[in-house]
Amino acid sequence: MDNEKPIVDFGAIRDALGKDFKPVQVIDGQANVVNQAIVSKYSNDQLVDFLKLMIWERTLHQRSNALTRQGRLGFYAPTEGQEASEMGSNSAMKSTDVLMPAYRDIPQLIQHGLPVYKAFLWSRGHVLGNEYPEDLHAMPPQIIIGAQYIQAAGVALGIKKNGTEDKVAYSYTGDGGTSQGDFYEGMNFAGAFQAPAVFIVQNNGYAISVPRRKQTAAKTLAQKAVAAGIPSVQVDGMDFLAVHEVTKAAREYAAAGNGPVMIETLTYRFGPHTNAGDDPKRYRTKEEEQPWFDNDPLIRYRKYLTDQGVWSEDLENEYVEQVKADIKAAVKQADEAPKQKMTEFLENVFEEKPQNIQQQITEYQAKESK
Amino acid sequence: MSKKTYIQAITDALRLELGSDEKTLIFGEDVGKNGGVFRATDGLQAEFGEDRVFDTPLAESGIGGLSIGLALEGFRPVPEIQFLGFIFETMDSIAGQMSRERFRTGGTRHMPITIRSPYGGGTHTPEMHADSLEGYLAQIPGLRVVTPSNPYDAKGLLISSIRNNDPVFFLENLKLYRSMKADIPDEAYTVPLDKANVVREGTDITLIAYSAQVNQSLKVAEKLEKEGISVEVVDLRTLSPLDEDTILKSVEKTGRAVAIQEAQRQAGIAANVASLIAEKGALYLSAPVGRVSAPDTVYPFGLAEDDWLPAEDEIEAKTREILNY
Repeated sequence: MDNEKPIVDFGAIRDALGKDFKPVQVIDGQANVVNQAIVSKYSNDQLVDFLKLMIWERTLHQRSNALTRQGRLGFYAPTEGQEASEMGSNSAMKSTDVLMPAYRDIPQLIQHGLPVYKAFLWSRGHVLGNEYPEDLHAMPPQIIIGAQYIQAAGVALGIKKNGTEDKVAYSYTGDGGTSQGDFYEGMNFAGAFQAPAVFIVQNNGYAISVPRRKQTAAKTLAQKAVAAGIPSVQVDGMDFLAVHEVTKAAREYAAAGNGPVMIETLTYRFGPHTNAGDDPKRYRTKEEEQPWFDNDPLIRYRKYLTDQGVWSEDLENEYVEQVKADIKAAVKQADEAPKQKMTEFLENVFEEKPQNIQQQITEYQAKESK
Repeated sequence: MSKKTYIQAITDALRLELGSDEKTLIFGEDVGKNGGVFRATDGLQAEFGEDRVFDTPLAESGIGGLSIGLALEGFRPVPEIQFLGFIFETMDSIAGQMSRERFRTGGTRHMPITIRSPYGGGTHTPEMHADSLEGYLAQIPGLRVVTPSNPYDAKGLLISSIRNNDPVFFLENLKLYRSMKADIPDEAYTVPLDKANVVREGTDITLIAYSAQVNQSLKVAEKLEKEGISVEVVDLRTLSPLDEDTILKSVEKTGRAVAIQEAQRQAGIAANVASLIAEKGALYLSAPVGRVSAPDTVYPFGLAEDDWLPAEDEIEAKTREILNY
């Protein structure tokens, strides 16, 4: 009896799960080109613009970090290490696409059209930072993990019902976000409706302190899309060109009416979860961090372009100074925002004001006119 | 005019709004070919097509989030949550998301969403199907909670809700679905939101109720009339935000009030009504405000339902108590 073979070999099935996912790469960690055909698609100017996007994000991060420490910004979720993942994917999208971001996706929001000073106002908790013009196709950063995914499915279905051509909804979450019910519901709804959505999972290794391996028994996060009937892919999230090309292909596939796509970028959060007291030393070791720091997305790409003779330290310094000046101007603009009033809050609860709101507007008008 | 049941009045409103605004969409679990488990959307998919009236996968949070995304793309979603007890699965979409969007975007985005859901006791449903959860919903800023007590209001309030540019939670009483019939206009008409209705005028005491409890209150009023007691009945219709003026005006006239709800007692709509009267109408009163409700337990299993729900005789007893205080 003991030697009898079971009707199903569950162990073999388990071992095979997720085996098909191999991270896509274009330029490896040593700055060697592993896919020349992709690199050759771009002119030197385009390649330099891509590097500039990552330098811009790194500079924005450094300034935001400093401004937070000085108490000049409020909530800030550091993005250092995720530049290839964030800029590589976002740069593959069009300004007419709808971005449904989470709180670590401020750089993508800015590149999608949000003025930097508004991003800073959002960080400070000023509603002016969330007042988007109609032609900024995005929602303010989502705080509830996963909620943006299911809303993105709704936007995508709306795009399909409106018959809008060449337009997709795209949304970001992290490795922790893939454990939420809304993550699966979002993918499953978009799949069931064959709606044009691109779901991006930035697997940066940690959900605050909980490592990726404790989130799920799944070998990859990309394979979670398989259950919803959605094609998915893993990509080297420290490789800008790989992320960019994969996202571009995903966007084209979704925009052509083939249904949604999911992308898992393999990246690393160099810093803390947020600047509100998180200390990675409590849950990570130097030995674990160092190889990821060496794998910095800027290092490999900068080295490649420097070797090609199209980038230099001088050019970089000049560009960084320009970005810093822009950020300084944005801080000044944010400082000029008027103080928020309770009456303005009350004005934006309902379009047609019920009695309680009318009464409270009157009460607060009296207080505010003192 | 045609004689319509409460649920036919709802179907009527949905059909008219689908017909008058092509951006209106109806979706949920079983609302398509099946016409909803209670047939509220019966025939609508056949008439307006699968693009406008469609089934979703079985996931309430998904239905809530889908509504938000569709609203962002310019649609006017009218999702159905099959039973009110299932809203816990989609509370983030309701309380954390759609009701906040106008506020959090500084008025630059809005959510014209009407969530329909049946609730209310008396039909021996399984657990988590009949609970009165309006108290949870009533505390959410930016969300209107609306519930009709009769076929005329069902149609007019639903049309007003769908046309409103802010989210409305529209509660449909399960027991009234087929037990109430009335002559209502065939064409589209509206009943105002945020307005309570004095459904019976009186001078001795005010009963403030909503949904099925309005009908119980009216029966009590008729009974007491034979003894020469004049009872005014106020139907709240919009539970949140409250129409304070109508409540206070009535209490000023009668000097006595009983607030009635089917839900458990703690922190409910009736408590809100009583606190309003205490805060702004105490000097009108000749007696304390009475309260009728179910006890503070979890909604009971089906066979015990009739003992748990506030009955007509409880309303009558409380009304007499406050009258004779």
